[in-house]
Amino acid sequence: MADSVDVNKGLPANPEKATLDGKNKFLGMFVFLAGETTMFATFFGTYLGLRSGTGSGPEAADLFQLPLVFIMTMLLLTSSLTSVLATFAMKKNQFAKLKLWMWITFLLGATFLGLEIYEFVEYYEHGLGYTTSAFASSFYTLVGLHGAHVLFGLAWILLLLLRNRKAGITLTNAPKFYAFSLYWHFIDLVWVFIFTVVYLMGIGG
Amino acid sequence: MAENLDQPFKESAMNNEEKRKINREQRTQVIAFAFMIGITILAFLAVGAEGVPGTFTTPFILLLAFVQLLLQLYYFMHLKDKDHGWPNSFMISGLVLAAPMIVALIMLLGVVKY
Repeated sequence: MADSVDVNKGLPANPEKATLDGKNKFLGMFVFLAGETTMFATFFGTYLGLRSGTGSGPEAADLFQLPLVFIMTMLLLTSSLTSVLATFAMKKNQFAKLKLWMWITFLLGATFLGLEIYEFVEYYEHGLGYTTSAFASSFYTLVGLHGAHVLFGLAWILLLLLRNRKAGITLTNAPKFYAFSLYWHFIDLVWVFIFTVVYLMGIGG
Repeated sequence: MAENLDQPFKESAMNNEEKRKINREQRTQVIAFAFMIGITILAFLAVGAEGVPGTFTTPFILLLAFVQLLLQLYYFMHLKDKDHGWPNSFMISGLVLAAPMIVALIMLLGVVKY
């Protein structure tokens, strides 16, 4: 399969799927993401089941603030767009643009993670420890799991960018950048449900 | 395997027709992103605005999240593309499994409590 790619004319139109290795990474990523979907579903279900169990601790409506969640949402949504633009730059063989968009994605993601850490510290100071109530544990576990995914994604793209800083777009690294981009959209997708189910429903629903 | 897999390319092999197509595709993505921002703002407004009844807000923002799910999956993750049959079946199986899991956990932990 890999040998049948005609590379004499230049970068193939879909470099992430031009080789068998690329096709495997692409399909494997979706298998992984489907598994992640079910894993996050269990955490969402647990949170929804336990969210009214606040005991004597603070409730969702006492803690959550719309402006902060809104800023975090905008940051993550925009980083999803920049990683899509990066994959388009990749298909057009524009390596400098690919790197630029990926660095912007990294910075947006890092800012998001910083705000999330700030948020958790703030809640802790308001008396919401991990073991305060069933609500607290399920909230920190669900949102923290998402935060851990963001952290993992940031480390992933940072390593990719550093290792490939002079490589140009090749048939080896194109599938890797593409797989990261799929992962990053998925992280964004999970956040859509977190801000809806956890924050918005916590405040108004 | 070819030994030139680590070689960068001087130019893209895309012809003008393919380039036009990819530029159009990119515009579609930016429009999809504008939609996502729009419905996100709508969801925040529905919760933030005063006088909107809670019985309306919850189903409304869940619907918006579902629309956003489809936009993200089909546009940003390219599931609408032709060669995405297997990714589609994997993601749909994941979601089909996820739905009863969420319902079961809400029932067990929150409503009937074992």
